[in-house]
Amino acid sequence: MKKTMTLFMALALMVSVLTGCGAKDTGGSGKESDTIKIGLNYELSGNVATYGQSSVAGIELAIDEVNKDGGVLGKQIELIKVDNKSDSAEAANVSTRLATRDKVVAILGPATSGNTKGATPPAMQNKVPLISSSATDDDVTVDSNGKVREYIFKTCFNDSFQGVTMANFAFNDLKLKNAAILFDNTSDYAKGLMNSFKKTYPSLGGKILVEETYQAKETDFKAVLTKIKSTNPEVIYIPGYYEEVGLIVKQARELGIEVPVLGGDGYDSPKLLEIANKDSLHDVYYTNHYSPMDTAPEVVAFKEAFLAKNGKDADAFNALGYDLAKFLVDAIDRAGEANSEKIKDALASTKDFKGVTGSLSIDENHNPVKAVTILELVDGEPKFLKKLEP
Amino acid sequence: MKILNKKNILSILAILIVYAIVELLTHLGVIDSYIQLNLILIGINIILAVSLNLITGFTGQFSLGHAAFMSIGAYTSGIVTAKLGLPFIVGIIAAAVVASIAGIIIGIPTLRLRGDYLAIATLGFGEIVKIIAINNDYIGGAVGLNDIPQYTNWTWTYFLVVLTVFIIYNFIKSYHGRACIAIREDEIAAEAMGVNTTYYKILVFTIGAFFAGIAGALYANYFSFIKPDSFGFMKSVDILVIVVFGGLGSISGSIIGAIALSLISVFLQNIPELRMVIYAVILFLIMVYRPQGIMGNVELKLFNKKGGLNGYAGSK
Repeated sequence: MKKTMTLFMALALMVSVLTGCGAKDTGGSGKESDTIKIGLNYELSGNVATYGQSSVAGIELAIDEVNKDGGVLGKQIELIKVDNKSDSAEAANVSTRLATRDKVVAILGPATSGNTKGATPPAMQNKVPLISSSATDDDVTVDSNGKVREYIFKTCFNDSFQGVTMANFAFNDLKLKNAAILFDNTSDYAKGLMNSFKKTYPSLGGKILVEETYQAKETDFKAVLTKIKSTNPEVIYIPGYYEEVGLIVKQARELGIEVPVLGGDGYDSPKLLEIANKDSLHDVYYTNHYSPMDTAPEVVAFKEAFLAKNGKDADAFNALGYDLAKFLVDAIDRAGEANSEKIKDALASTKDFKGVTGSLSIDENHNPVKAVTILELVDGEPKFLKKLEP
Repeated sequence: MKILNKKNILSILAILIVYAIVELLTHLGVIDSYIQLNLILIGINIILAVSLNLITGFTGQFSLGHAAFMSIGAYTSGIVTAKLGLPFIVGIIAAAVVASIAGIIIGIPTLRLRGDYLAIATLGFGEIVKIIAINNDYIGGAVGLNDIPQYTNWTWTYFLVVLTVFIIYNFIKSYHGRACIAIREDEIAAEAMGVNTTYYKILVFTIGAFFAGIAGALYANYFSFIKPDSFGFMKSVDILVIVVFGGLGSISGSIIGAIALSLISVFLQNIPELRMVIYAVILFLIMVYRPQGIMGNVELKLFNKKGGLNGYAGSK
């Protein structure tokens, strides 16, 4: 019995290895086909799978539209979708695979900064452009010596930009001089926002009274909120994700903290309203990539197309994914050839690309220059407040 | 026994031939960077699994903190090579030493605990390491440490895997190794027979941490980016799964487990929707039909002609 089992296992292993080889062969031979291959390196499983899946839904919609209109350069676009398990080493693995096996001309993704950094070295080595639509961390496109990473691009603004915008908004628009900060210290994203807010706000003349932290997955924030309340801030900056922010705002209002709450794009989810309730979500302002209330024709068209295809309303990740795919197609078109090197040059020279999330140009650090939207929650519903051009 | 007997010479030859074949295929372009990456990943997993097997499989100390030692090694090597600009070999040695010091520090208080209690304590240790890394801005905090030079290659990985397997295999076959197996089988009996259980438990923990630190250094200097949550609780579980899958108390089992699970993961990249389901089903089937893991506690013939040396002496 033992022996047959061992034999069976050995066989199973052999088969898996062999089928793997077979799959690899077919992967490499499709080069002369008349499609342009684009790799998707996304978090389709694991702890941030929602971001990856949302981005991919947006990308697929965009590519469907492009293919329906005859593709680009007379060729159809073929998406090769690979999962990176929300793990940075796996993202490197997928990146290598897409570049060397599937021979894609460009890679889209991953959705988070950490995984994008993981996916970066193979893209650089294989000289394949890699573009993320939501890796907001500042050093994604620039290395620690301040040198720009040649093949890495992003189409979303930096974390620091959101923090700076909010500091300006709090000081100049809301005219509030005393702020408290409460941030998720397990999140690189929240830390990025917090750091730039902390730097900008005092330089404008504001004062940061207290700086407190929480950790993702916590549910009781009363202690830390009581502490914040005792310093009597006029405004609280809470960079973080909607799961905790919903609870924080709710508990803050219960404790009688009625001052405005400021945040970033992590607030953007219908779940925020489910977690906090309608009554507590007032005087909440956050920076975001786009406003679903925008009445520009391309935004309306996108929203309708997305609703028709997926049966639900588009969120910011969907919109960013959609723009990302269109942005790449635009670059391939301008490059005139489906060649990674030329696409990279075309990407770097993008000027005034019109997307759903606003028009964007790529600066010398491969970051986009684009407008940021500030939304206000009124009874739990996001209302478009203002759009700040860079 | 002579050191250069026929068996040893053959083993060394086999090791060198495998290395030469891979090098040759790399030069011929058969092994591209994708296969190479996966070979290195498998190598790192082998080091982690074999070193955890020493702690959990051979000495019977259930540890859920192995990723924490890896994390310490990764960060140490990251600091040494990226921040201080020293060569890779210094990074590897520093990683191994710092991780093993952590092994001693955590080992002395927690190894008084047994079974579940030890598992919880090591779990806590893993969280502590993660929280420290998150709150330390010098190493990037939650953002992670980026731009670590890419020194790890096939040669480094392969020879460090060989070194790990060689040392741990010989340790287990030594007087000390038998003492460890005695602790696993029955701690009280072992103590009664004069085995210094505390000493051996800490020794094993330190050796395990030493090699996990090396694996961490390889990881950091290959992927060039590390962040605290890459080495969380789930990473420890992943390593433990490899060990249990391959067989507790079998080094060749750990090697096969590391290879098999890495390959399965690679082949499932294309089907994200079913990836974790299939992975779970495979693990489930193995555990139902072969609860002792693929190899049980038997070594492959290539490694051990006698076989069954490390056998269980009855029920646990």
